[in-house]
Amino acid sequence: MIFATVGSQEPFDRLIRAVDEWAGSRGRFDVLAQIGASSFRPKNIEFTKFLEPSEFNRVIRAASVVIAHAGMGSIISALEIGKPIVVMPRRGFLRETRNDHQLATAERFGSRGRVIVADNQKDFAQKLDYALTLTAMDPINPEASPRLIATIRAFMDGTLAELDPPVSVGSPESAAAAKAASPLVSYMTRKA
Amino acid sequence: MSVKGNPNRDKVLAVASSGGHWVQLRRVTPAFADSEVVYVTVIDSYRSQVPDNKFYSVHDATRWNKLGLMILAFNLIWIFIKEKPGVVISTGAAPGYFSLLLGKWFGARTIWIDSMANIEDLSMSGARVGRYADLWLTQWPHLAKGEGPHYAGGVL
Repeated sequence: MIFATVGSQEPFDRLIRAVDEWAGSRGRFDVLAQIGASSFRPKNIEFTKFLEPSEFNRVIRAASVVIAHAGMGSIISALEIGKPIVVMPRRGFLRETRNDHQLATAERFGSRGRVIVADNQKDFAQKLDYALTLTAMDPINPEASPRLIATIRAFMDGTLAELDPPVSVGSPESAAAAKAASPLVSYMTRKA
Repeated sequence: MSVKGNPNRDKVLAVASSGGHWVQLRRVTPAFADSEVVYVTVIDSYRSQVPDNKFYSVHDATRWNKLGLMILAFNLIWIFIKEKPGVVISTGAAPGYFSLLLGKWFGARTIWIDSMANIEDLSMSGARVGRYADLWLTQWPHLAKGEGPHYAGGVL
């Protein structure tokens, strides 16, 4: 089966319509969509407003492909179980979300090849057809990067001596400024 | 208020909104394997994902809704009075911002990890939360600055 989700917050009619039309044109009846607050009511697919986490987990594991908005929750959930995911970024000018941050997310993850990006409805049908030819991938590690985990542990233990200077250091002056403003110093001098 | 005086020094209050904020928070809490973690989010059914932990759901409000924010703030104040956490961590958004602010008031150590979704700019909460965050992190190296937020890897 195929599982589509618009995430936990805002409606996303454009995506649900695209999924519905695709299902109609391909004669696929094994599609379930979590449509949230979307007002569009699909004709060709099953849909529900919200899935409890246990249901969500069961359905996403049963799916051969996941379809979603380009939100981190949906993308990470698919990657954690190694499912191909087709994302359609919400657009700010269509008032699908507050700005175009999902475009940036889609670009970053699309370029890594683990996430398939569909920009519009036509594109969507093709991309979904392609995604269905893919097999499951290796699930990603369920934890944050070792570096982030180690940083938080060191913070908890009170042994976090310093953080890396910013990566975008351009000049010796900015490097010196970055060093001077080590996190603890900058925190203590920051007006609380 | 001295942190040393807090008997709950290692008790963690882990706070996130729904969806991506929550999913990202869950990927960092393994760092607290040796501590008690109390979760706070906005969808009550997420409780089933953390059956071994204390769990609270609070009012879901964005910064556009003043009354909602007040209800959220009272929900959180009540949780702080009850739990007295020694550490507060959040990935966003509004509930996390308020929790870090309250964390400073209640003498906790505070951690902010800005959501990975904020690639081009920090989140609205994340850009404003620096003064309340003892450890203020972005997940994108190009957004890190000397005065914070810093970069120390990501949730992926």
